[in-house]
Amino acid sequence: MSTAQPVTVRPPLSGEPFLSVEDLKVHFPTDDGLVKSVDGLTFSVRPGEIVGIVGESGSGKSVTAQAILGLHKGSRAQVSGHIWLGGRDLVAATENEMRQVRGDDVAMIFQDPLSSLHPFYSVGDQIAEAYRVHNKVSAKDARTRTVEMLEKVGIPNASSRYDDSPHQFSGGMRQRAMIAMALICKPRLLIADEPTTALDVTVQAQILELIKELRDELDSAVILITHDLGVVAETCDQVVVMYGGQCVEKGPVDQLFDQPEMPYTWGLLGSMPRMDRVRATRLLPIAGSPPSLINVPKGCVFNPRCRYSDRVEGRKCFTVHPALEPSTPEHEVRCHIPPAERQQILLTEIRPNL
Amino acid sequence: MIRFILGRFAGMILVLFIVSVVTFGIFQIGPIFANASPVFYYIGKAPATPQLVAALEHRYGFDQPIPVQYFNFIGGIFGKSITDGVSQTVQCPFPCFGYSFRQNELVSVLIGRAIPVSVSIIVGAAVLWLVGGVAVGTASALRPGTFIDRAGMTGALAAVSLPIFFTGPVLLLIFVYGLGWLPTIQYASLLDDPLRWLQSVILPWIALAFLFAALYARLTRSNMLETMGEDYIRTARAKGLDRRTVIVKHGLRAALTPIVTIFGIDVGTLIGTTVITESVFNLRGLGYLSIQAVTQQDLPIILGVTIVAALGLVIANFVVDVLYAFIDPRVAV
Repeated sequence: MSTAQPVTVRPPLSGEPFLSVEDLKVHFPTDDGLVKSVDGLTFSVRPGEIVGIVGESGSGKSVTAQAILGLHKGSRAQVSGHIWLGGRDLVAATENEMRQVRGDDVAMIFQDPLSSLHPFYSVGDQIAEAYRVHNKVSAKDARTRTVEMLEKVGIPNASSRYDDSPHQFSGGMRQRAMIAMALICKPRLLIADEPTTALDVTVQAQILELIKELRDELDSAVILITHDLGVVAETCDQVVVMYGGQCVEKGPVDQLFDQPEMPYTWGLLGSMPRMDRVRATRLLPIAGSPPSLINVPKGCVFNPRCRYSDRVEGRKCFTVHPALEPSTPEHEVRCHIPPAERQQILLTEIRPNL
Repeated sequence: MIRFILGRFAGMILVLFIVSVVTFGIFQIGPIFANASPVFYYIGKAPATPQLVAALEHRYGFDQPIPVQYFNFIGGIFGKSITDGVSQTVQCPFPCFGYSFRQNELVSVLIGRAIPVSVSIIVGAAVLWLVGGVAVGTASALRPGTFIDRAGMTGALAAVSLPIFFTGPVLLLIFVYGLGWLPTIQYASLLDDPLRWLQSVILPWIALAFLFAALYARLTRSNMLETMGEDYIRTARAKGLDRRTVIVKHGLRAALTPIVTIFGIDVGTLIGTTVITESVFNLRGLGYLSIQAVTQQDLPIILGVTIVAALGLVIANFVVDVLYAFIDPRVAV
């Protein structure tokens, strides 16, 4: 690593990871072939830490989240590898065991709060239901607790809004209600799958702030799935960049934004609109489209879109699948370009355009 | 809510008004365009002098302006208590649809006798086909592509292709003449003789239910497949709910909502149209009554049955609309 840029590294959170995903593979057999939605993903999350998973649509982010919750069980998906959660392997767990985990140890917030809430039941009842599955309490106590949660997530007049149907809530309030539902059992891991994508920008900030506050309060681990790098920079401690079902780069958020090393990450950063940049500069989209998950490119998954594969000798990018290798102790990159060369490209070609 | 119900109620009255005007128009005014007197509905093809025809027209009010005739007819339903019998005047209490000269009886009495038969057939069959259809459809939807699904859907296709005049006699052949489990059918009122009532309606239930259950199985299957892919089902699973709760409380509840609408319309439509079932099983319901009336050109009965059938359909729709407001909170109330 060069010393040209001072890098601020946030002190890593201490403690054992609460969630460890090891070599996770989620494959879906279809008539056209095996869809490798997630192919060998490894990452971990410690209590109180927010890990962002970023990547384009179809990169395997949501499939990963659903695998952690065991939602692929009972479907055709083939899940292998390990998902260690507090000492238990969720990949091996049965549907019944997973049911105990869902909503209690691990809770999830989904992308579209309107379609994620049942249209025929009141918002309050749906939240109370989540509480009553895992806690033996009376309907009255569940209601009290639900109103408490609704207040906590900032729903005004919570006790009178309890009986409202989802369609009577605004978009932001629905997502608040979803958060209340996810947090009512005080989960130790919260997975937020694009929680702000369907919301307008002002509400986005409030929702992210709310997730952070609740993380601080419960010391829960959080996985934030998003394609919005602004959200990542604002919220996360660690970042996992996914491409074609694989992790192509991961590390602490500051390192990833200051010293990105993988050409795909460069592309992502270059295509991000920024207020602190000269307006006239064009956004730089990544050429091409995400890879087919059935016929995954040989060698590096990113090679069809990579502008730098000619910098690697012997067409290695097209023949050898690169390993995820540490560039600093916390920062890992999956790329054949030699580290020194990557630094050079970053300095001369990438950073001036960011 | 009250405004909603009143609104639907007003719509219901309007539909009935239109139905009564149209049926009255077709049967009462139709003959005039054909240059025949409606009196011939009453006296048949008997040779009559013009004087006699005129006298009868006057007696039955056909010489009055058509709107007056219509209001006399409607007014009759709501309690003009005297109508002309064959040779004497007859007390005709509400609801008075006039007098059938062919059957020599008040239309309301004939209809009143037929309604319990029709309702017995329809209600029992409706319960059977709803439960059976939804069960088969759900089982199919939960295991799409498996043997259960294929068997269920093949069965449904077979059932929907078999007309009642086939399944009916087959059922009779097996259960009455073959196995002898049921006596030859003789309808009895539920209140008089419950056992015989059940014996007389059970086969019609099965025959009718078989046909409709097939449709409901296919509908339930496709609705359920769609519903189980919804985001809120994923949410329900993510809460840690057990499979049964997810399927029944979250899945079926949503999948069945559109079926309620169709169910209401189907039940309503069947009132007065179960002709084939009634003839196959020798039951004298509204369908039988109306077919008999049509072949005999018995105008008062046709008018009466049409209005009763329309009333049945309209009430069924009204009930569904009101129910729907409770089932789906998104329906503006």
